[in-house]
Amino acid sequence: MNIYWESFKTFTRIGMFTIGGGYAMLPLIEAEVVDKKKWIDKEEFVDLVAIAQSCPGILAVNISIFLGYKLKGVPGSIICTLGTILPSFLIILLIALFFQTFRENKTVQSIFLGIRPAVVALIAAPTFKMAKSAKIGWTNIWIPVVSALLIWQMEVSPVYIIILAGLFGFLYGKLVEQNDK
Amino acid sequence: MIVLLLKLFYTFFKIGLFGFGGGYAMISMIQGEVVTRYNWLTMGQFTDIVAISQMTPGPIGINSATYVGYTSLVNAGYSHAMGIVGSATATFAVVLPSFILMLLISKFLLKFKNHPVVENIFLGLRPAVIGLIAAAALLLLNRENFGTSDTPWQFYISIFIFVTTFIGTYVYKINPILLICSAGIAGFLLF
Repeated sequence: MNIYWESFKTFTRIGMFTIGGGYAMLPLIEAEVVDKKKWIDKEEFVDLVAIAQSCPGILAVNISIFLGYKLKGVPGSIICTLGTILPSFLIILLIALFFQTFRENKTVQSIFLGIRPAVVALIAAPTFKMAKSAKIGWTNIWIPVVSALLIWQMEVSPVYIIILAGLFGFLYGKLVEQNDK
Repeated sequence: MIVLLLKLFYTFFKIGLFGFGGGYAMISMIQGEVVTRYNWLTMGQFTDIVAISQMTPGPIGINSATYVGYTSLVNAGYSHAMGIVGSATATFAVVLPSFILMLLISKFLLKFKNHPVVENIFLGLRPAVIGLIAAAALLLLNRENFGTSDTPWQFYISIFIFVTTFIGTYVYKINPILLICSAGIAGFLLF
């Protein structure tokens, strides 16, 4: 069968059946492209995920772009990316079309009043989980604290925080390098 | 309308370009631009999108670009058809930076990944990303989502839902969809 159609179908399936985003998608993507289709081997997949993670943007999209490129160059990466985003795009569009009228409903309102605090908790929890895995200690804990305060209290855009943090890491590296000489 | 579409494009391009650190960090990015800067949505509406995104398939970056693209045009008084154009614009814009970057540097990236300069940049980025996520949660801890002490019933139940969900996900690692559904049922029964 045509490789374009095949890869489009595979990535649509990936986009359609993964709930919970990025990291939840990884095992499914691996099962499809490594085990089932054998487009790349396991080792390449691990490298690919590492690259996709260090690039900005959406993890699943980065992986689709990369894999599509490997399969069929630029057209391949466009096809795979379209496949990944199409299900979410259509589903959310449908929800957006009806949610406005739906929202006025009393029952829906009380359901969402209950859901909101839960969502806040679901965002608060990964802060602590990720702090562990990113090796936050006494020497660098000021970075997340200052970043959070600037965004939360001073309304600084997270975009600037990311630029500043990258620049800071870069300059810090230069400084250490010079001291070593 | 063209101005609004260009703003949408520019905003989501920026979100795609600086969206390091995965979905939750991107939530902070979207919140900063879409809610705090442009007021396209309120914090409450934004929280609803995050909830919907977690219950529907696909990455949150795509989900929110699609939703915000549609809602911002319809809120500004344009038709449903224009709303669809808006959501296509925002979704295209959020993917475009990844596309350009991945194609440009894909060949060199494996080498770059362990380059000291790249490692240093990430030394600064990684802790900042945690700050971003913390800020997203702190910004959502507000009146719109929890009520105030003037509405004690909603206020204390909201805090109870927050604490139990936090323990559920952090300690017991319960599936987020299950947690959201339980919170929805609690809201249905109690509010």
